[in-house]
Amino acid sequence: MMTQGDNIANDILFEWLLRRGDTALILGHRVSEWCGHSPALEEDIALANIALDLIGQSRLWLGYAGEVEDRGRGENELAYLRDTWDFRNILLAEQPNGDFGTTLMRQFLIDVWQDALLEALKTSADERIAEIAVKAGKEVAYHLDRSSDLVIRLGDGTPESHWRMQDALDTLWPYVGEMFAADAVDEAMAAAGLAPDPKMLKPGWEHTVAAVFKQATLTQPQSDFAHKGGLTGRHSEHLGHLLSEMQFLQRAYPGATW
Amino acid sequence: MKKEWPLWEVFIRGQHGLNHRHVGSLHAPDAEMAIRNARDVYTRRKEGVSIWVVPSALITASDPANRDALFEPATDKIYRHPSFYDIPDEVGKM
Repeated sequence: MMTQGDNIANDILFEWLLRRGDTALILGHRVSEWCGHSPALEEDIALANIALDLIGQSRLWLGYAGEVEDRGRGENELAYLRDTWDFRNILLAEQPNGDFGTTLMRQFLIDVWQDALLEALKTSADERIAEIAVKAGKEVAYHLDRSSDLVIRLGDGTPESHWRMQDALDTLWPYVGEMFAADAVDEAMAAAGLAPDPKMLKPGWEHTVAAVFKQATLTQPQSDFAHKGGLTGRHSEHLGHLLSEMQFLQRAYPGATW
Repeated sequence: MKKEWPLWEVFIRGQHGLNHRHVGSLHAPDAEMAIRNARDVYTRRKEGVSIWVVPSALITASDPANRDALFEPATDKIYRHPSFYDIPDEVGKM
């Protein structure tokens, strides 16, 4: 087993870890926005559980990122004291909640990808990455179980739930491609045996998604157009608003602790 | 269309070997989702290893108005408790 820094430049590993941690953090914060607003009490608690799982995962990724960077920043500094252009989450994660169907579709599209990614990361040559993937993998397996079930139920539900789910899918589809776009960071990670090439995850993702959409009676959009930029810090306008809320306390009262 | 999901009673088994115990109720459209909801609502703090859900409508309950007739007669029959025996120490906890 390797330890950090072997066989890969620290700045590349840091960059890749931020992508994992930021995607989990931003999606987790988005899901947490439902707390107290969900359509049913049971759903409210389920969404809060998922948000907490994701924020927990981001702590592991960002904690490791801070160690790799070795400039004295820990998970808290990375989460609360960076600005928009420093975030490396995929654009899909920061898209607004919209209606319940949009939140659910966003979760499903990301869950299928995360599930495959974490499965592959369990055999990473980096011990820490493999450990995080094992822990997060169990949580994400449940998230996927739940989100795919609800996508099918609502897609194949009432006329209103069907059009809302189709509408959500059509709206979010242009953000799917970013999950599978590989750049130099991904290629270096793959070459070092630390992470899979994102492109390799696409056939499995497409297979699962197509099977669920078929059961859900949803029509998969044909367009290949993909918004990109989240992984290099070029975000949609939504992220700044999200951060202004998420980071408010540390911005208004720097250094505040419990 | 009925807006409210039906009510389910939730039973959780805390550890292997123990009984399922009633922990509360929740709403869900069907049994499968009742299990998922129970997992999310009632096992967040490692409370269980197994979940049962039962439609609340299928539970037949005793009538509280009959309480005296049903339960009062047992209160003065202390001899029904096996508390008049000396239990040997080697039996341990019963």
